[in-house]
Amino acid sequence: MSNKIPNRQAICETLMLHAKTDKDIVALCSDSRGSASMTPFFNEFPEQSIEVGIAEQNLVSISAGLAKCGKKPFCFSPACFISTRSYEQAKVDVAYSNTNVKLIGISGGISYGELGMSHHSAQDIAAMSAIPNMRVYLPSDRFQTAKLIEALLADEKPAYVRVGRNPVEDIYSETDCPFQMDKATVSTFEAKGKSVVIVACGEMVRPALEAGKLLAEAGIRAVVLDMYCVKPFDADTLISQAADADLMISVEEHAPYGGLGSIVASVISANCPKKVIQMALPDDHVITGKSAAVFDFYGMNAEGITKKVMDNL
Amino acid sequence: MSYFNEKELSKLAYDLRETVVEMIMKSGGGHIGGDFSVMETLVTLYFDQMNISLENMEDPNRDYFVMSKGHSVEAYYSVLAEKGFFEKETVVNEFSQFGSKFIGHPNNELPGIEMNSGSLGHGLPVCIGMALACRMDGRPSRVYTVMGDGELAEGSVWEGFMAAGHYGLSNLCAVVDRNHLQISGTTEEVMTHENLANQVASFGWNVLEVNGNSIKELHEAFEQAKLVTDKPTCIIANTIKGFGGGEIMENKAAWHHHVPSADEYTAIMDEIKLRKEAIS
Repeated sequence: MSNKIPNRQAICETLMLHAKTDKDIVALCSDSRGSASMTPFFNEFPEQSIEVGIAEQNLVSISAGLAKCGKKPFCFSPACFISTRSYEQAKVDVAYSNTNVKLIGISGGISYGELGMSHHSAQDIAAMSAIPNMRVYLPSDRFQTAKLIEALLADEKPAYVRVGRNPVEDIYSETDCPFQMDKATVSTFEAKGKSVVIVACGEMVRPALEAGKLLAEAGIRAVVLDMYCVKPFDADTLISQAADADLMISVEEHAPYGGLGSIVASVISANCPKKVIQMALPDDHVITGKSAAVFDFYGMNAEGITKKVMDNL
Repeated sequence: MSYFNEKELSKLAYDLRETVVEMIMKSGGGHIGGDFSVMETLVTLYFDQMNISLENMEDPNRDYFVMSKGHSVEAYYSVLAEKGFFEKETVVNEFSQFGSKFIGHPNNELPGIEMNSGSLGHGLPVCIGMALACRMDGRPSRVYTVMGDGELAEGSVWEGFMAAGHYGLSNLCAVVDRNHLQISGTTEEVMTHENLANQVASFGWNVLEVNGNSIKELHEAFEQAKLVTDKPTCIIANTIKGFGGGEIMENKAAWHHHVPSADEYTAIMDEIKLRKEAIS
């Protein structure tokens, strides 16, 4: 892997860039600054940093209070904890009270693959998406992550962002990251045969793109949607791309219920009914191991996605 | 405009209890017992202590308040109406009605209300964030919350006590409406807080205990809290649930959310009238 910068580090660097001139930017951690790659921020901006200890409920409520008094809090905790341990605080103090809190779920999905289900967040998309006034974002690479954080700094609404722990291969670049807030990024792999639309988010975008390339080489036209904006979901782009597709497939690092696949299926069934295949983690204890090995085990890699498409076309 | 007139504010607390009763009779629901126990605390905060008014709600240097025991919303709405945030007649007619903004727990779409509440154990941690923000910006603001004593069983309250003590938030004051009753019985039966003052003090707080149905004692406690410069203050306001409603409802757990019958309504209103007359 050439890239050594995880998405969480891109968040820290983007916040540090702005925190110099915007003293209202505040970072909060729950004994998680190292895991969040936020140690440089805490060192350089101690007056804009708050440590709450291992207390995720407090983390989120304190952030809401800060926001109510004009601050721009970004609060960091492992996605498994911030999406469930402090779920009610996210629902009531952030979303319902409409406070400008950005919840950052680090080490999301199965980043902590070896540590077991307590440390997996395979339910966060479902949980957070179900809260009115909560947006849900899963950026795919460090460049898109930086653009997303820039956009979130510019608004005053609640949001949940999930990033993984490990560096992921670059998809975009410093000069070529076609980011539009709340719009999926479309990549097309042309071929003359049947066509598939692959909808992915977060770390699954990279293998989806690789699968798109493999499918095109095999004569199948593939459109890959980087649906980093799970909520508000970019239904317009999905529907327009689905029009000519013979098959739809969703790929997500999440349980099979209530995540990206559920949303894709509901939009497609209501607007342009056709076959939708879902690739997700199982509704079961996820096998433990390094995340790459776990993805391989469940076929959630380029070859697995390619095979799934071939089998269903 | 803050002022201290013990008799006037004591009388006002009874006037507002009448408003609470009207709201609950009209809507057919509410949490009357806690409304009555907490009334002196709210009246002292809004009419004696806090720099909060319809005119200054956009001023970042105002004081901040979160009604953590959100179920005592009828008392809260009645105080805000008296403060001029909305018409008393409007809140009495619209409370808990279909589609109304006067929801059965505080709604921050209404003027004067900072945060939605209702789920217990949120107010103190939110106020810690507010107090930290005010301290960061060097504002003179003070931050207040009112919790119930049954609420103290929520773990998030103790996360809050721990953090506020850790940060030494002297601009924060938390009141516990210590009426000793919750929906299932006494707090000591349900989940005891017999050593409450010591418990909170051990987290690094300045703790004061007062008669929470006495405007004078509350006033003095809030004034003392302002003199402390290195730690937050918790005022344990020892109150009587249903205070002011007379023998039929005082100290009775069943009145947590009981709606008075016609006879009970008359008895309560007569009792309130008698107590007002005793003040003047």
